[in-house]
Amino acid sequence: MAQLEVNHANVVFPAGLYTPEVKALSDVNLSISDGEFVVALGASGCGKSTLLNLLAGFLAPSSGEIKLNARPVTGPGADRSVVFQRHALMPWLNVVDNVAFGLKLQGIAKAKRLEISQKYLRLLGLEGFERRPVYELSGGMQQRVGIARALTSDPEILLMDEPLGALDALSREKAQELILGIWQETGKMVFFITHSVEEALFMGSRLIVMSPRPGRITHTFDLDFSRQYFEKRDARAVKASPEFIKMREQILAIIFGDELALGGDHV
Amino acid sequence: MSEPDNKRSDGFFARMMRAKPTKPGEIYGVPGQGESMWISAVSALVLIGAWSLVTGMGWVKPLFIPSPLLVLKTFYTTARDGFAGDTLLMHTWASFLRVFGAFALACAVGIPLGLAMGMSRIARGIFDPPIEFYRPIPPLAYLPLMIIWFGIGELSKVLLIFLSIFAPLALGTRSGVRSAAIEQIHAAYSMGATRWQVLLQVILPAAMPEILTSMRIGIGFGWTTLVAAEMVAATRGLGYMVLTASQFLQTATVIMGIIIIAAIAYAFDMLMRFIERKTVPWKGRM
Repeated sequence: MAQLEVNHANVVFPAGLYTPEVKALSDVNLSISDGEFVVALGASGCGKSTLLNLLAGFLAPSSGEIKLNARPVTGPGADRSVVFQRHALMPWLNVVDNVAFGLKLQGIAKAKRLEISQKYLRLLGLEGFERRPVYELSGGMQQRVGIARALTSDPEILLMDEPLGALDALSREKAQELILGIWQETGKMVFFITHSVEEALFMGSRLIVMSPRPGRITHTFDLDFSRQYFEKRDARAVKASPEFIKMREQILAIIFGDELALGGDHV
Repeated sequence: MSEPDNKRSDGFFARMMRAKPTKPGEIYGVPGQGESMWISAVSALVLIGAWSLVTGMGWVKPLFIPSPLLVLKTFYTTARDGFAGDTLLMHTWASFLRVFGAFALACAVGIPLGLAMGMSRIARGIFDPPIEFYRPIPPLAYLPLMIIWFGIGELSKVLLIFLSIFAPLALGTRSGVRSAAIEQIHAAYSMGATRWQVLLQVILPAAMPEILTSMRIGIGFGWTTLVAAEMVAATRGLGYMVLTASQFLQTATVIMGIIIIAAIAYAFDMLMRFIERKTVPWKGRM
């Protein structure tokens, strides 16, 4: 049983010449088990990206520890794939070579690489686009290439840093359903950052709400809207249900409260 | 300028200052958009025409500016009879070898060194002072030193040209290292890449557009330095030919040599642009 654990993690960026010390994360505890879809939500500067960077190994905690399957995380690795908001594909590679990039790094032979990537290209609906240069694709398709690439190295957990933030509203809703489908099919752990309350509620099996100064987890909610979606296969109906709307308003109130506490309109 | 309602305010400057109307098929406000090839062709023809006119009418003595026809004739006779005991082809070949030999050497040393400077603060700390120190010095100033140290043979000539290409190439490559987005680098690491793999498979390809640009800039400096390199104790080469001809006031040969150098440099730049289109078609698009 795979498990990712964060125990009493603190991140402090030391004071610079002109900047004060910043407590980016304060005593964060989080545990993600197999099959969980954890969504992090919060106002700007609440440390959700810092938390993702900790999990990915791009950042070391000032104190506390991060463990994957009881082994401490000391740096980035293929067991924790990251999907970025953008700018993360390699424009000099075509679609299939981008998807197979992780396999190439691991020294897997070309024929085998193509065979494995094929599965994920199919899963993300990218068949027929294998040889296309990635810079000719739309933003939504580029993001699908990014997700396929992250899946191809068969990680324990997918870390998604606002992966849908740059998409238009329509592509975004389609992508949400696509990601949920992949999550259901692969059963991987997912840690997902978003700015959108609706997206957070719809996708997560657990929601953590974070607050700034210092960045910390203030609320945790267990959600089952994605399960409702799997039953009904109707995202609009789930998002329009009274239960969903009530929850949305509750979360919005928390986040607006944080923004107001920070002085409101400077974000 | 005059008052806005004045009819006479429609002078040249007033027109330059005024906003242009929108045109179909154009994005409004993009600076310098549109095809310029025909204008360039006309510009070149006008220049050659003016050259022919000035010399044909006898306004300037052939000693100062020979006619285009005379330059062509000189090209023909030099190609047939040679210059200073060597054929035109041998002169061209000698210069070609010096410039492109130095260029190859500069690429082989400058690109890896630039990468190292971009990747490691130690390499940057070590090599930044010497490169920045010698870079702004004109090659003519350290030519005497090169001769004292390396003699009057090929070595000092090639080294002089090498140094002029090396600095822009190394510095261009170094700044190209920054082209890779941190997300691309992080993505590679999170798929299990080693530092070496990140360098070769992310940072180097991402830096290619800037490396190719600095190669084009570098070879330009190389041709600029050629004449200086062939000033001392050369018996062959386009720069040598131009310098020797100027001492005998053979202006037509001087101009012919200049045109040959320009033609080779231009052809090579065209080749580099072609390579750029083929290897980095994504430049500026992602």
